[in-house]
Amino acid sequence: MTELQSIASQVRRDILRMVHGCQSGHPGGSLGCTDLLVALYFQQMKINNRKGKGGYLSFNLDGKGEDLFFLSNGHISPVFYSVLARRGYFDVKELATFRKINTRLQGHPTTHEGLPGIRIASGSLGQGLSVSIGAALAKKLNGEKNIVYCLMGDGEQQEGQVWEAVQFAPNNNVDNLVAFVDVNGQQIDGSTNKVNNNRDLGAKYKAFGWRVVTVDGNNMDELTTLLRKIKRLVGKGQPIAVMMKTEMGQGVDFMMHSHKWHGVAPNDAQLEQALAQLPETLGDY
Amino acid sequence: MKKYTFTEKKDTRSGFGAGMQVLGQTNPNVVAMCADLVGSLKLDAFIKENPERFIQCGISEANMIGMAAGLTIGGKIPFATTFANFGSGRVYDQIRQSVAYSDKNVKIAVSHAGLTLGEDGATHQILEDLAMMRALPGMTVINPCDYNQTKAATIAVAEYEGPVYLRFGRPVIPVFTDADQKFEIGKAWMVNEGTDVSIFATGHLVWEAIQAGEMLEAEGINAEIINIHTIKPLDEKAILKSVKKTGCLVSAEEHQVAGGLGSAIAELLIQGTPYPQEFIAVKDSFGESGTPAQLMEKYGLTANDIVAAAKRAIARKK
Repeated sequence: MTELQSIASQVRRDILRMVHGCQSGHPGGSLGCTDLLVALYFQQMKINNRKGKGGYLSFNLDGKGEDLFFLSNGHISPVFYSVLARRGYFDVKELATFRKINTRLQGHPTTHEGLPGIRIASGSLGQGLSVSIGAALAKKLNGEKNIVYCLMGDGEQQEGQVWEAVQFAPNNNVDNLVAFVDVNGQQIDGSTNKVNNNRDLGAKYKAFGWRVVTVDGNNMDELTTLLRKIKRLVGKGQPIAVMMKTEMGQGVDFMMHSHKWHGVAPNDAQLEQALAQLPETLGDY
Repeated sequence: MKKYTFTEKKDTRSGFGAGMQVLGQTNPNVVAMCADLVGSLKLDAFIKENPERFIQCGISEANMIGMAAGLTIGGKIPFATTFANFGSGRVYDQIRQSVAYSDKNVKIAVSHAGLTLGEDGATHQILEDLAMMRALPGMTVINPCDYNQTKAATIAVAEYEGPVYLRFGRPVIPVFTDADQKFEIGKAWMVNEGTDVSIFATGHLVWEAIQAGEMLEAEGINAEIINIHTIKPLDEKAILKSVKKTGCLVSAEEHQVAGGLGSAIAELLIQGTPYPQEFIAVKDSFGESGTPAQLMEKYGLTANDIVAAAKRAIARKK
C-alpha cells in the first residue's frame, strides 16, 4: 500500500464508523470519493500548513494563497469530515459526534458551526459549482494563481443550476477551476440511467466549452497521475471537467454495485464485516 | 407638523445606481453582478468606470447567487442584482443555503418590487419577498423610500458585514429625503411626530403616508409617521415608543399582508400590549397589468386608503 492508499483505508473506516455511530448518513458516495479527497488534500492541493491553536491547521475562510475545495454533493459529508480531521484541521475524536446534537459535524457540511475546513454549506444539490466559480473569479480579481476544485455527484447533474454554471464558466474564461463529476451511475431511487438519464456527460461539458478528461476515481495511481497533469491544464483559457468513474461503496464488497447503500447505515454485524476488509492504518478515532 | 416638499421625482432604482457609482469609486472590493437587466438596475455608470468589477451572469439567477457567495470567500462584496421577483422567490433555496446559512456577505439588490412595476403584470410583481427574506435567520431586509435614501442605503450596506436584501422599485416618485443623509441600518426614521395614530410605512408607501398625514391634519387628527426602511432587524424600540403614545397604528407596505412589515409589527406588539392595528397591504391577491397609479388605487395602497385605515384604527381604541 502506498501512503495515500493507506490514508484512504483509514478514511473509509472512519466513514463506516461515523455512519454506524449515528445510524444515519451516506456511506456509498463517501466510500466512492475517498480516493479523490485523500489525493487532493494529502498531495495535490496547496493549503496553508501553518499550525495554530491546539496544534491543528490554522484555517482561514478567505483561503487567500491557497487552493480551495468545494463539496457540492454535501451528503457525502462523512468523507469530507474524515479527510479534514486526518489532514489536521480538527481532532479526529470529533468524528464521533457526526450528526449528533450540538455537533459541528452536521449531517450536511456548514460554515454555521465554525468547523475548520468548510467554506460553504451544501446539501441542497446543484449549488457548489456556482460557488466554486465565484471563488475562482475572486482569485482572479485578487491576482492569485491558485486552483479551485469542486466535486459534484452525477445524479446532481439533473439539477438545472448546474447547467447555468456549466454554461457560464467557459464563456468567462474561468480556467482556474477543476470540476469533478462523481460518475458512479447511482442515485437514491436507482441507477441514473433509469431515474433520469444524464446521457454522455463528458460530451455535454465539452459542448459547453470545457476541457474534459476522464479518470478511474478508485485507482490511486491513475488519479494522482491525472491530478499532476491537471496542474498543467489550468490557466489555458478553459475550465476543466473530470468525469471520474467510481464505484459507490468502494472498498466494502457488499456495498458495491448497487444504489442501496447511498443513504443507509450498517448495523453492528455489517460494520464488523466491512471493517474487516479495510486495514486500520492510522488508528481509529 | 413638518411639511415635506420636493423639487423632482426620481425612481429608487436610480438611487441604487448612483450609490453603486459611489461604491465603485470608494470601495475596491465591491463587485456588481447582473442577470441581463443592466439598464433596469441602472448599473451603466458603475460598469463604465469599473468594467473589471462587473459580472454579466446572463439569465441565470441561481448561478448568480451561488457565484456571489463564492466571491465573498475571496473578500469581495458582491451586489447580485435583478428584478425582485427573480432575486427572491426564484432563488430562495440558493439564498437560504449558499448565502444566509453560509453567513456570506452577499448584497441582493433588487428592483421592480411590488405592484408599481406596472404593466408587466403579476408574473413580475413580487409581493411576497419581504416575508420570504424576513424569515431567513441573519438576513437584513431593507426597503428605502426614495432616491436619496436608496442611494444612502446602498452605500451603507456595503459597509455592513452580512447578507442583505435591498429592495427598491421602478416608478418615479418624489425625492423628499436629504441628499446627504447617513443611512443607519435598523434605525427607524421619524418623519412626523403625532399623538393620535402611528403610521408605520416602508418603501413607496412612505410618501403616501406623508400625504395621508396632511389629509388627517386637515380633519384635526394628529398622526405620527415613521419610516421603517429596515424591516429586519426591526426597530422595536421606536415602534413600541410610538404606539404607547398613540394607542393605535396603521402599517403600510407594497407587499402581501402576510409576512411583511405589518406582520413583523404585529408579532412584536402581541408579545406585549396589543393595540388596534390596520393593515395597508395587498390582501392575499396577485397583482395585474396597469399603470402604477391605477394599481395602487385598485389594491388600496394610496394616501386615501391610509387615511381611512387611520380612522378605523382610532375608532377601535378603547
